[in-house]
Amino acid sequence: MALVFLPALARMAVCGGTHGNELSGVYVVQEMERQRKDLLDHYIDQNNFLNQAVNMFFSAVNCPITDSSPYEVWRAQELNNLLGLKGSTDATDIICDLHNTTSNMGLTLIHYTSSDWVTLHICKYLQTKITKVPVRVLVLDVPISDAYSLESVSKHGFSLEIGPQPHGVVRADIYIIMKEAVDLTIDWIHKFNSGTVFEGGDVETFKFIKSVDYPRDPETRTLTAAIHPQLQDKDFCLLKRGDPLFLSFSGETVNYKEEETLHPFFINEAAYYEKGIAFHLGKKMMLTIPTVQVQKD
Amino acid sequence: MSSRTNVSCLHEAKRVAIFGGTHGNEMSGITLVNMWKQNSAEIERNGLLIKPFISNPKAVEKCTRYIDTDLNRAFTPENLSAPDVEGLLYEVQRAKEINRMFGHKGSSDAYDVIFDLHNTTSNMGSTLILESSTDLFNLQMVHYIKKAMAPHTCSVLLNEHPQLKYSTTRSVAKHPIGLEVGPQPQGVLRSNVFESMRTILKHALDFNEFFNSGVEFPPCTVDVFRVQERMDYPRDTNGNITAMVHPHLQDCDWEPLNRGDPMFLTFDGRTILYEGANTVYPTFINEAAYYEKQQAFTTTCREILAANAIRKAFK
Repeated sequence: MALVFLPALARMAVCGGTHGNELSGVYVVQEMERQRKDLLDHYIDQNNFLNQAVNMFFSAVNCPITDSSPYEVWRAQELNNLLGLKGSTDATDIICDLHNTTSNMGLTLIHYTSSDWVTLHICKYLQTKITKVPVRVLVLDVPISDAYSLESVSKHGFSLEIGPQPHGVVRADIYIIMKEAVDLTIDWIHKFNSGTVFEGGDVETFKFIKSVDYPRDPETRTLTAAIHPQLQDKDFCLLKRGDPLFLSFSGETVNYKEEETLHPFFINEAAYYEKGIAFHLGKKMMLTIPTVQVQKD
Repeated sequence: MSSRTNVSCLHEAKRVAIFGGTHGNEMSGITLVNMWKQNSAEIERNGLLIKPFISNPKAVEKCTRYIDTDLNRAFTPENLSAPDVEGLLYEVQRAKEINRMFGHKGSSDAYDVIFDLHNTTSNMGSTLILESSTDLFNLQMVHYIKKAMAPHTCSVLLNEHPQLKYSTTRSVAKHPIGLEVGPQPQGVLRSNVFESMRTILKHALDFNEFFNSGVEFPPCTVDVFRVQERMDYPRDTNGNITAMVHPHLQDCDWEPLNRGDPMFLTFDGRTILYEGANTVYPTFINEAAYYEKQQAFTTTCREILAANAIRKAFK
């Protein structure tokens, strides 16, 4: 397998609260800030194992909920100055953006590109280490205006999405998984920076294809059906022609009518009602990633 | 009003309201009420005047719990008697309006029954909430509903606690009943939760119709959970929470919590145990809306309430 040399990752940002009611990230970041002093002391002691000092930058951002508020525009610029500038050599090396979803998606690692070997290796690493919940990789093809693009400000970036959790709630089981995922990500970065060779291979991913909206009243646009009980909580299942999608309030089942077998995800996410999304559909895609090792200066 | 026999004769319960959207992000009730406002066939019953009603339309529009203040705490005597002036909080204005339309609270003109539809992020299943242990009509109704729903469980929560009871939207009526179904995230409509609430209401209206038609309901007992205490999260000096509901307690609404059982887990991994002397039955465990009300869960104790036989009083 080909060996690719990549630059070390010196600066990392772990961001919580991009969506202010997705609480796991807020509390994970707070806890990391509390432990920060201990962490840095540890790494100073371990300096002989590291090629470069790792400077951890934690940012807890509390934002109001509406996307169209001018506050978010101001905040996006501020974050770009703090963590970017987007596209420049000064940008943060890697951003890990923490999110929750009301959908039953387990741990899902979301990327905007299928060719970032660093983040895909991190995904592969998390998949081998985390066994409590399914760990899946999603490749999205969305415009830069989406809220997830916080991590597009840095050279490498991905979102850690964990559910199901209601917005405004912090569940201990979900928090523990998110903390573990962040710790393992940092662990990978340290190993990578200190010269560990990470074997390449195949990574199973899901590529975003399209979104499906709820059935709605043509005049009022209000919902006329809910996600069918047989689809509810079945994120990443195989959806075949004839499978139930929605159960209308008058008792009819709306079935999946397309020929192509696809995988639904973000099923019944609270924040997506206003975006006209009942669920997304994705296609399984195998990506082959090379063996990687840190570039020696 | 009792007769010499063991049957309590009660006034006809003719005027019934179904409230959805007291909290604007609790979707089952909002969806049901909007559906019934468009087409009321499903809720029509002989001898009943039934009004489906959205209690907090501005909050529903924004899909948020409330605009200025919690409507379901706003029906206090002070608020209801506040003069109509500029600058009144939205929900206080709304409470006065609802009191005019469906009350006045405490008067003989008030609506007979109000069903107030709620969802919770807690794993409470189907729950009926009562505010009085002596309202025979309500006790008989919940008994009927529980039997009709079986084997699906319907828990009954009684909040008669002098400090912890609150002035609900439904308290405007003579017979207030809260319907609380979970778990469901705020802003989300789950089909199973929606259908459970719809079924509970169907049975409730059936009971009401039978009662008004003169059916006599024999004496019964009702297992209830009586509110005891509100338990807050551990917090630091700035008021921020320092722990979460423990995984062993999470989702265990209505199950016994004994001394020494895990209760909270701090963010750095330490377990905090329940140290109460008696076994309690927690509910409203990890409700999203209660973080700001300093409530991680509510403790209850089990009790059996007895209700006389009832029938409609002859004119």
